[in-house]
Amino acid sequence: MVASTLARTWEELAGAPLPSRRLEDWRFTDLAALTAIEPRPWSGADPLASLQLPAGVSRLTDVELDVVAGQTLARTGCDGHWPVRLNAHASPVRLGLRVAAHSAAQPLVLQFDAGDQGELLAVHLVLQLEPGASLQVAQRVSSTGVGVVSLVCEATLAADARLDWGLVAQGQTDAALLGHLAVVQAPGSALNLTAVSAGWGLSRLEPRVFQAAGAAHTRLRGLQWVDDHQLADTHSLVRFEGPDGQLDQLHKTVAAGAGRSVFNGAVQVPQAAQRTDAAQLSRSLLLSDRARVDTKPELEIVADDVKCAHGATLSRLQQEELFYLQSRGIAADQAARLLLAGYCQDVLRELPAAAAGWQPLAKQLLEP
Amino acid sequence: MIRPDAPVLLEVRDLRASVEDQPILHGVNLTIRAGEIHAVMGRNGSGKSTLSKVLAGHPAYTVTGGTVTYQGQNLLELDPEQRARIGLFLGFQYPVEIPGVSNLEFLRVATNARRQQGGAAELDTFAFEDLVRERLAVVQMDPAFLERSVNEGFSGGEKKRNEILQMALLEPVVAILDETDSGLDIDALRIVAGGVNQLASPENATLLITHYQRLLDLITPDHVHVMAAGRILRSGGPELAHELERTGYDWVDQELALAEVG
Repeated sequence: MVASTLARTWEELAGAPLPSRRLEDWRFTDLAALTAIEPRPWSGADPLASLQLPAGVSRLTDVELDVVAGQTLARTGCDGHWPVRLNAHASPVRLGLRVAAHSAAQPLVLQFDAGDQGELLAVHLVLQLEPGASLQVAQRVSSTGVGVVSLVCEATLAADARLDWGLVAQGQTDAALLGHLAVVQAPGSALNLTAVSAGWGLSRLEPRVFQAAGAAHTRLRGLQWVDDHQLADTHSLVRFEGPDGQLDQLHKTVAAGAGRSVFNGAVQVPQAAQRTDAAQLSRSLLLSDRARVDTKPELEIVADDVKCAHGATLSRLQQEELFYLQSRGIAADQAARLLLAGYCQDVLRELPAAAAGWQPLAKQLLEP
Repeated sequence: MIRPDAPVLLEVRDLRASVEDQPILHGVNLTIRAGEIHAVMGRNGSGKSTLSKVLAGHPAYTVTGGTVTYQGQNLLELDPEQRARIGLFLGFQYPVEIPGVSNLEFLRVATNARRQQGGAAELDTFAFEDLVRERLAVVQMDPAFLERSVNEGFSGGEKKRNEILQMALLEPVVAILDETDSGLDIDALRIVAGGVNQLASPENATLLITHYQRLLDLITPDHVHVMAAGRILRSGGPELAHELERTGYDWVDQELALAEVG
């Protein structure tokens, strides 16, 4: 039983059994693309060797990092999650960054490539934005062949801080990505997180945002593209722990080939979170009869004076839109590409300027 | 402009078509020569919009009989995009909104598809911007509309102007304008009609599909056809449109009833 031997090895590495499909959070998520790869530690170059910190961003010392690392994970309730445990046990590359109070840092560019040697690249990033600080992050994780990326990011936004964060994840069919993005926001802060994922055999992203005392702005944009036998899964959680919080969330999916896409969007509005204004929309585009999309909003609303909207759409390319373009001389395949590009552009245009050159869907949009 | 010796651009013979197995067109005949402006009038449900969609090649409609010859070619065997590239244009009654696709990019791709068919060189971004800015004047359109998504958030009048802008760029041989006057206030109607008049020439032809006379006050047709129950019931000159305006469509019912009895 080769497969189970390998699976046990990932379990050993994480110090915990693989999440079972019997768990609601993993029901649709087959880890085969991960377990097909033998876990091997990173032996490549130091991924931080070429790191250039922009003006306004300073690095935490190891001692400081030891104190704060894991706090946001615990606060957002994911320190026990299997992918987080895996990261902790895989001797991750650690990077802690701080933006000083009331300063606007230059854009930060972070790139992590797992290569094609079948190795596990684990990264643990901690961002601290002091009161009134602002930062733009363009972050790219990739794999050029067989490889695994384990990404754990923690961010704390103090009062009136602003974080514009773009994550571009470009993988390969025989690569896997497990990512947690945990954020705690103080009142008056603004988070604008855009995550785009394409090409991975398995991609699981878990953005978890807690508005610690409400009264913050959270804007989430997600786009995942699956083809062949790829699987992309986004499990997001936004929790309001005080009044007057705002959420604007849009998650988009393109499912081609025999790809599978999962979106689970949890929003928690406890009694303390009066006057919360939250909107979540999930839109899925099916390009093939063999593709599969599972999408689920998960709203837990206890407070009574709130506005919480949610919606989900699932469609194919619209015949009327295609015909309109064709009636202007545009060939059917090019018309389909234009429509797809337009569909994705909604999210892609929200990536920070520093990420513009990465064009995560350039290949997909050339040959849908 | 009627010239009996002008070449025939579009010849429709006994055209029959259905949608979802429901027959809509029951034998339409129409001959359009270069330089002519035709108007097809009729009530809602008479089949006039179906005629325009069948000619443009909409996939939801099935041709069940008859022929359509366009400049000597069998039009019905061509894909919608091929029809457009050889100079057939359909101005939509309800132009489609396409979020995320820039109007400028859309216009450029469409214009180049038409140019390449005619053997002309593709226009690069800069050359195209010059051309489009020049053609914007035809419909007095604000260049800001080029930066927006195709028809997204456009008012009814802006959408129709965008249709005529496309017509100005594509320079069609036969332009079919489906209810271009619907939903327009009088100022927008004047601008749109002015655009159509500017683009009409002895080499091309226009087919106006309309319900009302008011468009025909601004664009004078050479031929007027009245459509009912999927057929052209009567054809005449511009005076036929005026007669319809006076008498309404009631005589159509009587004539149809007589036809049924006969």
